[in-house]
Amino acid sequence: MALGVTKKEKIDDLAETAGVSLAASAWKRLKRSPVFLTGATIIGIFIAISLLSPWLAPHDPASPMLIDQVIKARNEIPAAQPGHPLGGDLQGRDFLSRLLIGSQQTLIVGIGATIIGLTGGLILGTLAGAIGGWVDSVVMRIVDVMLSLPSLLLAFSIAAMFARPSQFTVILAVAIVQIPVFARLLRGSMLAQRHSDHVLAATALGVKKGAIVFRHMLPNSLGPVIVQSTLVLATAIIEAAALSFLGLGNPDDRTPEWGQMLGDVQKVFDTHPHLAAWPAICIIIVALGFTLMGETLREALDPKNRR
Amino acid sequence: MALLEVRDLTVVFQRKGEEPFRAVDGVSFDVEPGQTVGLVGESGCGKSVTSLAIMGLLPKRGAKITGTVTYDGTDLLKLSDREMRDRRGRDLGMVFQDPLSSLNPVIPIGLQVTEVLERHRGLARKEAMIEAKNLLDKVGIPDPNRRLKEYPHQLSGGMRQRALIAIALACRPKLLIADEPTTALDVTIQAQILSVMKELVQDLGTALVMITHDLGVVAGLCDEVNVLYGGKVVEKANRHPLFAEPRHPYTHGLLASIPRLDAAPGEKLTPIRGSVADNIPWANACAFAPRCPNALDVCREVTPAVEDQLGRLLRCHNPVVPGTPAAEEVPV
Repeated sequence: MALGVTKKEKIDDLAETAGVSLAASAWKRLKRSPVFLTGATIIGIFIAISLLSPWLAPHDPASPMLIDQVIKARNEIPAAQPGHPLGGDLQGRDFLSRLLIGSQQTLIVGIGATIIGLTGGLILGTLAGAIGGWVDSVVMRIVDVMLSLPSLLLAFSIAAMFARPSQFTVILAVAIVQIPVFARLLRGSMLAQRHSDHVLAATALGVKKGAIVFRHMLPNSLGPVIVQSTLVLATAIIEAAALSFLGLGNPDDRTPEWGQMLGDVQKVFDTHPHLAAWPAICIIIVALGFTLMGETLREALDPKNRR
Repeated sequence: MALLEVRDLTVVFQRKGEEPFRAVDGVSFDVEPGQTVGLVGESGCGKSVTSLAIMGLLPKRGAKITGTVTYDGTDLLKLSDREMRDRRGRDLGMVFQDPLSSLNPVIPIGLQVTEVLERHRGLARKEAMIEAKNLLDKVGIPDPNRRLKEYPHQLSGGMRQRALIAIALACRPKLLIADEPTTALDVTIQAQILSVMKELVQDLGTALVMITHDLGVVAGLCDEVNVLYGGKVVEKANRHPLFAEPRHPYTHGLLASIPRLDAAPGEKLTPIRGSVADNIPWANACAFAPRCPNALDVCREVTPAVEDQLGRLLRCHNPVVPGTPAAEEVPV
């Protein structure tokens, strides 16, 4: 018997003393996933670069320091040269510096649009899922209308409505497009929660409606929304780039943005493809990083994969 | 006066374009303070719907509830949503079948216990935590301080059900409804959970409505047993007379179908023929007639009335004669 006791104590020692929440156990598995680590590394580097870009950039991205070369060579684009490893752009500005500083805009637009879209989606989705009835019908019909348009087209229309395009209008246009995606997703999982056993059990305990929604239904519905927001970060970056490419973005080109840089070089794309390749590669890598994180997060948060 | 008086409780589910379905059909029973009453029957006999109707948990739309459910002098069916919400968890507690899905997976156990205490007893979080620890202790959860911080998936099935019982009894309700509380647990844990419930119900003087299809649970726990079939009570008796002399062919069949340890090896089990799907409506017939070994012609023509036979209520045209051995073996 004594042996049995010591064994049990050992097991108890091994067991963790505090509770392991869904997030904690998901994190445990994420740490071991090479795909997640790849995504996280990409995003980590991206965020570090964008935060440090004012110090990393060798030159002022707005100053046309190589303009002499452009004029001398009759609109020739400055090639790579000492001090300017990627050469200059059409207006003789240092290309590497623009690329580095551009990461900042991309990060701001991506995160800003995702936060606004997420907030809007959370409000609408909670309203629809928690109240139900006619509120649900009204919200969902609006969502249906918004989703019936291709998202990029909708973003263009919204961005084009503003008389003076700026960084903020780009964020807003991209965010509004994401609201219905979040709203529908959250509403779906809220409805599933509404009929779940633990919500019935909480109701049977007399728990108040507000507490049922915010303590029992909402936290259990957030998993897919969190995953979606990492995926939306990637979409938002691509869509913001598309808006800037078409000239619906920030007209002030002293603060470069990757999509805008792509748009600027349209005319010389055939002779100088590297000017388009660099920002395009940056956009693809960052979008890939967020997507890798999102997909692995989705798997890790799936309750079926627990333990 | 009884603590809970259910009279002619009828629940009709009505869906657009479909025949209305009478899930519960004129069920009446009483629960005295401290008494344990069993509602027994197979799946689809209306036992769970009865419990949900008492708790006011059936959807407003689609379910028409008639009759009265009188608790301590008030008709629960007439209360507003808000009044009912105040009573749930405080006056009436409920324990559900599946302990894992009945707990909120993203909140530690402790918060789920304190939630009720804060809601109904107005305790502050700190006091509630101390009370929660005592409650877990009382239902036999070892190391309650640690368990309070843990999440439902970290507890074993038996411990989860203990936690649910602790939550249901947190505010000392006078009535506890247990809807198949042991079905999702394995047999050894079932016995533990039943003894915990039995003990608590006795200690606190709580009346218990035990809903089950498991006659073993009934034999161990219930003072009075209501056997439901097709939404109606077909036999009601105290535990001992019911087990000693089942009179309704359905009750008789249920008891005869239990595997026995003293049966000869190779002896076949005695099932009840058919399934609930064979039911015929109670109007102008006995719903059990198609499956009944004792069925007469009259069983398919006249609804049997409830007869009071020395304190036993029986709804049958041709009851089993006391002393009849288990029904003949029927080819399945």
